[in-house]
Amino acid sequence: MTEHTGSDAVAAAGQAGLDAVASAEQIGLSLREATTAPAPRDAANWATKVDRLQVGARAGVRGTNVDGRRLTGPVQGFGRMLQKSYRMDVGAAIAPTAAIAVWREHFPEFWPAGNKFAGPLTGIRPGEVALLDLSVGGGVKLSTGVMVLYADAESFTLMTPQGHMFAGWITFSAERSDDSTIVQAQALIRANDPLYEIGMMLGGYRKEDQHWIATLTALGHRLGIEAPAVTVEARWVDSRRQWRNAGNIWHNSMVRSMGQTLTGRRRRQAPAA
Amino acid sequence: MDTSLVRMDVRHVGDSVAVVDIKGDITAACESVLMSAYETAGAATSRLVLNFGGLEYMNSGGIGMLVTLLVRANRQRQQLAAFGLTPHYREIFELTRLDEAITIYETEEAALAGAAL
Repeated sequence: MTEHTGSDAVAAAGQAGLDAVASAEQIGLSLREATTAPAPRDAANWATKVDRLQVGARAGVRGTNVDGRRLTGPVQGFGRMLQKSYRMDVGAAIAPTAAIAVWREHFPEFWPAGNKFAGPLTGIRPGEVALLDLSVGGGVKLSTGVMVLYADAESFTLMTPQGHMFAGWITFSAERSDDSTIVQAQALIRANDPLYEIGMMLGGYRKEDQHWIATLTALGHRLGIEAPAVTVEARWVDSRRQWRNAGNIWHNSMVRSMGQTLTGRRRRQAPAA
Repeated sequence: MDTSLVRMDVRHVGDSVAVVDIKGDITAACESVLMSAYETAGAATSRLVLNFGGLEYMNSGGIGMLVTLLVRANRQRQQLAAFGLTPHYREIFELTRLDEAITIYETEEAALAGAAL
């Protein structure tokens, strides 16, 4: 490796840029055309930046706790950071792009009964927001959402908003390994607040496992696998909790969903005036 | 097997700052290269500065790698900074809110000056 000082490198780069512009002018290009870099290869795969999610009502879900919320990554979460991978071998006959195409096209259909994923009509595309109603028991539906952070032919990633049980993202991908195609759902997440952290330790992680194992199994059946086998691998990336983010509890969609469920019941039970 | 399409060279600036020059693609496949660069930077480094001037491609797996690096650096009480991001990649840092943990500078000089604070 060549060592150089920062100022040397900047000066060299600047001179190279000026040389490039001078050459471009000689062949009739404008300064802007000459200095405009080509779009990165991944440019179309990422969502454009948003400060707060904007989404309207969708049929079949309550649709609360998403509009106006900010996205939350692992940096913004509270609990210990977990990387969890659910993997399934779908054999040699299915190409990774084919597996992901089916997954993207029919994503909600693979979810376990009782959970609803109301995506946009345009499907899994960068920047799109989906509304979720998740079954948490006791007749309560947790209403939250996700945004499609990234999508290409072999993977797509969903990122969570404030109030979701997790802060982070989950990536769905497929890749060739030896002579087989392996499909995977991999979450990089922290519980979003102290209440969720307790809930995850008291059975939430088990429920999460059941959800994604059922999802991959359903995908496997759709891909023609007779007996899909899903493996689970978990590792703590960060065993420390981020107490500075304990205030995330204010946005807790579980608490708000319980309130919204009770309010809805009272309204239905109230006699008409 | 290392299938990554990235090269990371480490430069030490003074006793406590290391600059990692990144050239190529950042994906989940670059984990071993990234962590090797981190090891080369050394535990004595109090600040790690990532030069993204040569970044050609990044997917969501790559962002995950940076989160993992951030956790390791925080554990060692090391600061993480970045420069050389194009507007596109800077926007991705802002979208994923990684910019709230990794300080972004326009130039290497600014990043190194930030190290002196």
